[in-house]
Amino acid sequence: MRGFGFYRLHGTWTLTKRELKKWFNNPIVLLVTIVQPIVWMVLFGKAMNLGAMLSNLPPDLGQQIMRSTFGTSDYFSYMAIGMISFTIMFTSMFGGMSIVWDRRLGFLDKVLSTPVSRATVVIAKGLNAAVRSLFQAFVILGVAAMLGLSFSSTFSPLNLLPIILAICLLSMGLSTIFVAMAVRATRFETPMALVNLVNLPFMFASNVFVPFSMMPSWLQTIARVNPISYFTDAIRQLTVFEMDVSTLVLDFVFLGAFTLVIFALGAFLAVRYLSR
Amino acid sequence: MVKNVIVAEKLTRVFNGLTAVDRVSFVVRAGEIFGFLGPNGAGKTTTIKMLTTVLKPTSGRASVFGYDVVKEDSMVRQVIGVVPQEYTADEDLTGYENVMLCASLYGIPREVAKRRAAQLLDLVNLSRFKDKPVEFYSGGMRRRLELACGLINRPKVLFLDEPTLGLDVQTRTTIWEYIRKLRREYGITIFMTTHYLEEADALCDRIAIIDRGRILVIGRPGDLKKNLGGDIIVLSVDTRADVSRIIKRVKNVKEVIRQNETYRIKASLGRLTAPRIIEVLRKHGVSVTKLSLSEPTLNDVYLEFTGRSIRDAEKSPDDVHRQLVTIRRART
Repeated sequence: MRGFGFYRLHGTWTLTKRELKKWFNNPIVLLVTIVQPIVWMVLFGKAMNLGAMLSNLPPDLGQQIMRSTFGTSDYFSYMAIGMISFTIMFTSMFGGMSIVWDRRLGFLDKVLSTPVSRATVVIAKGLNAAVRSLFQAFVILGVAAMLGLSFSSTFSPLNLLPIILAICLLSMGLSTIFVAMAVRATRFETPMALVNLVNLPFMFASNVFVPFSMMPSWLQTIARVNPISYFTDAIRQLTVFEMDVSTLVLDFVFLGAFTLVIFALGAFLAVRYLSR
Repeated sequence: MVKNVIVAEKLTRVFNGLTAVDRVSFVVRAGEIFGFLGPNGAGKTTTIKMLTTVLKPTSGRASVFGYDVVKEDSMVRQVIGVVPQEYTADEDLTGYENVMLCASLYGIPREVAKRRAAQLLDLVNLSRFKDKPVEFYSGGMRRRLELACGLINRPKVLFLDEPTLGLDVQTRTTIWEYIRKLRREYGITIFMTTHYLEEADALCDRIAIIDRGRILVIGRPGDLKKNLGGDIIVLSVDTRADVSRIIKRVKNVKEVIRQNETYRIKASLGRLTAPRIIEVLRKHGVSVTKLSLSEPTLNDVYLEFTGRSIRDAEKSPDDVHRQLVTIRRART
């Protein structure tokens, strides 16, 4: 007789694979997940070019101001990395919410009657969100590089490893807390409204689009505790900024603590609800 | 060998103050097809969810194959197969891929799973279509695929929730054949729910009639009908006056229920009693305009215990939605 231990985490990969398959088998969805961040990046980064304001100044001075406010030689490089945060937030939140469908279609209850554990169901959602987020982040990074992203002198391919870690942390955390919220909802609209409520404030009250120094002080206060700011800064430190190791460590400590807390809370609430 | 495969004792589930299942007790014996018959919202699906460890009982207890559904839930999950009311197969995947997906949820090694998948798809006559995506399957094919998925872990007990919901009469009969075949070939015990009287009658060895969360009666369909105490005569007369008293005096008449000019009469030896009633009424100057005689059906049993027809019961909105989705998919 096989013991309970064997079944603890089995099925994780099966459930993750099922969702990834649905994603890859659907050419339109796949295309949208690739094209959407690119469109955003081009629109925000190239059209809304804050650097153009400095173009009347002598080039040296313009560069200096750019560097001192944004930390990059052009706004596009600053913005493109922000786009990674933007995309990952959406993908992770919606990834977690997809449990509403599993529930409505009866698939969730079916899985719950098999030896797959409740925790596995939740973790598989997080893994699925992480894989999608990684894919999108690297598409953005690749396209941005082609469009003229200027990597800093401290960038090296080895930096990709901590980038992957940061993305996994954020998307596992966000998707899990959204699984916990969505699993109680019987209709898709409820968590959808929640995503819209949460997403934009999180985005604009952070350094995704502009640095802290350009914000009014009340907004700065919020932005400085917003975990998205720390995530975005970490990725920038590893790509377009001249890396400051102590800042990077601080970013990771904050990001790690935050995502660990929401992951634990989300997983606890979701599993408790699924074992009701 | 366990004799009583499912044992439920005062099983109860309360949702936000509403009692969906109310102190339900029953026993399902090895090898039988046991049916829960009742309208939507009667508590059938909630009972199945408790027995299959998806929901926890608020009070009372139940065991499946000797394992407690709360304390030994992981053991229960290994010995049961579940075919939910909804079509849970993934539309984007093929029939074969879906069965393999179910297999990996049970942690069945790949080689074993491959062999079983081929066998089961053959059993439900889907071998020819196994590599087609499920979105091209008809309602009957989908239901058969769900059956195959529910059997992948060689369950000792199979739970079927509304196995023919939304299917046309012909397909329904075919599904019944498959269910009988399962019992014959695998000796599997089956617990099913239905709100189709014909289905309960045709398929179940024993049924429990459930309404508003409570079991009203348990027995063999044949016994339940026999115990009703006779045939049903329904007749209409040409007067508005109440003639129940006259009818009641006729020999063998047991019960008369009046609805305007129509009377529903329960009587033994209906074929002999009906002409007598007509005769007695004529003597009183009342003529019969319409008459029908029927042996009791399960619907009469149902009426007897619930006092209303199975079609009239109220439904919860969430149940309605789920059923509509299932019915819509069944018709594709």
